[in-house]
Amino acid sequence: MSILKKALTTAALSVAMMAGTAQAEPMRIALVVKALGIGFFEAANKGAEEAAKELGDVEIIYTGPTDTTAEGQIEVINSLIAQKVDAIAVSANDTDALVPTLKKAMERGITVISWDSGVAKDGRLMHLNPSSSALIGNTIVKLAADHLPEGGDVAILSATTTSTNQNTWIEEAKKVLPNYPGINIVATVYGDDLADKSYRETQGLLQTYPNLKAIIAPTSVGIVAAAQAVEDAGKVGSVNVTGLGLPSEMAGHVKSGASQSFAIWNPIDLGYSATMIAYHLAKGDAKAEPGAEISMGRMGNVKLDDNNEGAMADPFTYDASNIDQFSSIF
Amino acid sequence: MLSSLLKSREAVLAFAILVLVALIALRFPAFVAPSNLAAVFTDTSPLIILALGQMAVILTKCIDLSVAANLALCGMVAAMLNGMGVPLPAILLAVIVLGAALGAVNGLLVWTLNIPSIVVTLGTMTIFRGIIFLLTDGKWINAHQMSAGFKAFPRAAFLGLPVMAWIALAVVGCFALFIARTPLGRALFAVGGNPHAAVYTGIHIGKTQFAAFVISGALAGLTGYLWVARYAVAYVDIAGGFELDVVAACVIGGIAIAGGAGSVAGAVMGALFLGIIKNALPVVGISPFWQLAISGSTILIAIAVNARSQGKKGRIILKQAEHRA
Repeated sequence: MSILKKALTTAALSVAMMAGTAQAEPMRIALVVKALGIGFFEAANKGAEEAAKELGDVEIIYTGPTDTTAEGQIEVINSLIAQKVDAIAVSANDTDALVPTLKKAMERGITVISWDSGVAKDGRLMHLNPSSSALIGNTIVKLAADHLPEGGDVAILSATTTSTNQNTWIEEAKKVLPNYPGINIVATVYGDDLADKSYRETQGLLQTYPNLKAIIAPTSVGIVAAAQAVEDAGKVGSVNVTGLGLPSEMAGHVKSGASQSFAIWNPIDLGYSATMIAYHLAKGDAKAEPGAEISMGRMGNVKLDDNNEGAMADPFTYDASNIDQFSSIF
Repeated sequence: MLSSLLKSREAVLAFAILVLVALIALRFPAFVAPSNLAAVFTDTSPLIILALGQMAVILTKCIDLSVAANLALCGMVAAMLNGMGVPLPAILLAVIVLGAALGAVNGLLVWTLNIPSIVVTLGTMTIFRGIIFLLTDGKWINAHQMSAGFKAFPRAAFLGLPVMAWIALAVVGCFALFIARTPLGRALFAVGGNPHAAVYTGIHIGKTQFAAFVISGALAGLTGYLWVARYAVAYVDIAGGFELDVVAACVIGGIAIAGGAGSVAGAVMGALFLGIIKNALPVVGISPFWQLAISGSTILIAIAVNARSQGKKGRIILKQAEHRA
C-alpha cells in the first residue's frame, strides 16, 4: 500500500515537474512538516498556499512523513533534493539529526530554512520562531489588561516552579507591567501541569483574593483547569481566565464565558511567513545574516539575531469570534 | 480510659486532623466555613475511594501502583463513550466493569504467576497509560466535546453536597460493611495477617488477592469517570503520580504495609488528612517552593506518630509466666 502510494506520488510529481518545465518555471517551495495529518500543519499549509497565491509564481509542495520521526523527514528531504526544489522550509522532528541531509540540500543550491521547531545552526540559513519570550510575556499581560479597563488584581497560574519556558515568560510579563497601569499581579502559583493541582490552586486563588479579576495561565493544562474551576465556583464574568492555550482545548471555556480570550501562535500566519521568507531568500533579494530584515508580506519584517533566528509576531489572540474556526484545526 | 483512647490510632489521627484544621484556621479562618469543608471533602472524594480499594490490596500483603493509570484509562474510555452518545448509566457500568477487568489482570498475574505485586502493577501502570495513547494518539478530549449531563452529574447538588461526595460516602459505607461482615472481607485480613493460618482455615490466598485487585480496579474505574467529569478534560497524563498519594493515604491511615492490619476509618481519615493539606496549602500563603517539603514532612510526622501509637507490646500467652516474672 505505502509502496504503491509512494510510486503514485512520484509519478504524479514527475508529471507535475514536466508540466512545470513546460511553463514559466514557478519557484517550488517545499513545506516539510513533522507529520502529515496534523491539524496544526494543515493550517500552516493553508497559510503557505495563501502566500503562494500572493506571490504568484510559487508552487507549494506540502509534504512530510506519516509519523513524527527524523528518519521519515530525512527520506522526504532526500526525495525533495532529487526533485531539485528551490527551497525547503522544515519544522524539524529532531534538532540535529536532519543537519547532514539539509547541508547536502544547501550544497545543491537549495534554500533551507526551519520554522516552528528549529534545526541546529549548520543545517539551515535561518530559523523562524513563532514568537519570542518578550512578545509572549507582553501578550499574556495585555490579554488580561484588555478586559480590565480600570485595572485590578491579577494572579498567575504557572506550570511547575522549574518550567523554564513559563518562568521566562512570567519574568518578561513582570518587566512590561509598568506599561499597564492598574494591573496588579498579586500572586504566582504553580499547578505543576496537573489538572487536579491546577484546579485546587485556582480555588485557592479565588478564596484568598476575593477581588481577583483575572487569572493568567501560560500553560495549556493550567488554563483549562483554571477555567473549569472558575466555572464551578460560579465566578464566570467576574474572573477572566486567560493565557496560552490551544483552541480545541479551550473552545468550551470560551463559550461558557470563563475565558474571554487567550493566545497561541497562529499556524496559518506561520506557514505564510515561512513561505514568504523562503521565497525572498531563494530569489536572492534578501540574505540570511545576523541583523538582516526579511519581509514576510502582511506579517511585516522579521529581524534575525546572532543565531540567524527571528520571531514572527505576537501570539495570536483567540476569542468567541474565531474560536470555532480554529478549534477544528488544532 | 484516656490512655486506651490515645492508643487507638484512629483517635490519634482524628486528633491530628483537628489540630491541622485548627492551625489552618488560624492563618485562614474561611477554611473552616462549612461550605469550604464540604468542598474539601468533595475534592478528596477520589482519594478516599481509591484509598479504600488500595486498603483491600494492602491488607493482603500486596500493593496496587496501577490505580492512577487505571483511573486515567477508564476516565478516557468514559469520555470516548460519552462522545459516542452512550447514556450515562451505561457509561458508569462500563467503567466499573472495565476497571474491574484491569484489576483482574493484576490479580491474575499475582495469583497464577506469583509475581510480586509491586512488579506487576509497575508494569501494568505503564501499559494502561500506553493503551490510552493508542486509543487517542495522544489527543485530548476537552470540555466542549463532553455532553452537559456527563459533566454535571458529579457536581449536581443533593442535600447540600455534590453527588461526587455522596458517591464517596456510599462507597465508604458499603466498604465498611464488606470488610466487617462478609467472609471475603475477613479473609483479606487473614491472608495478610497470617498466610499460613489462613490456608489452614481454608482461605485461598491467591484468590483473595485476586479479589482485592478486582475491587481496587473497579473503584479506580468508577473514580475515572468522576475525575474526568469533574475536571472536564481527559488525556494520557491525568492523575499522574496519584497512586503515590493513594498509598500515602493508606499508610497515614495506619494500614500496615506488611498486611493484615488496618481499618476503614483509618484509610478514610488518612485520605482526608492528605486532602486537607492539599487544599490548605494554596490558601495559607506558604511559598510554593516550600509546599512540597511541607506536605512531605507532614506525611512523615503523621506516620511516625501513628507508628508509635500502634507499637505493639509482646502478647502475653501464658498469664502464669507473667506473674512469675
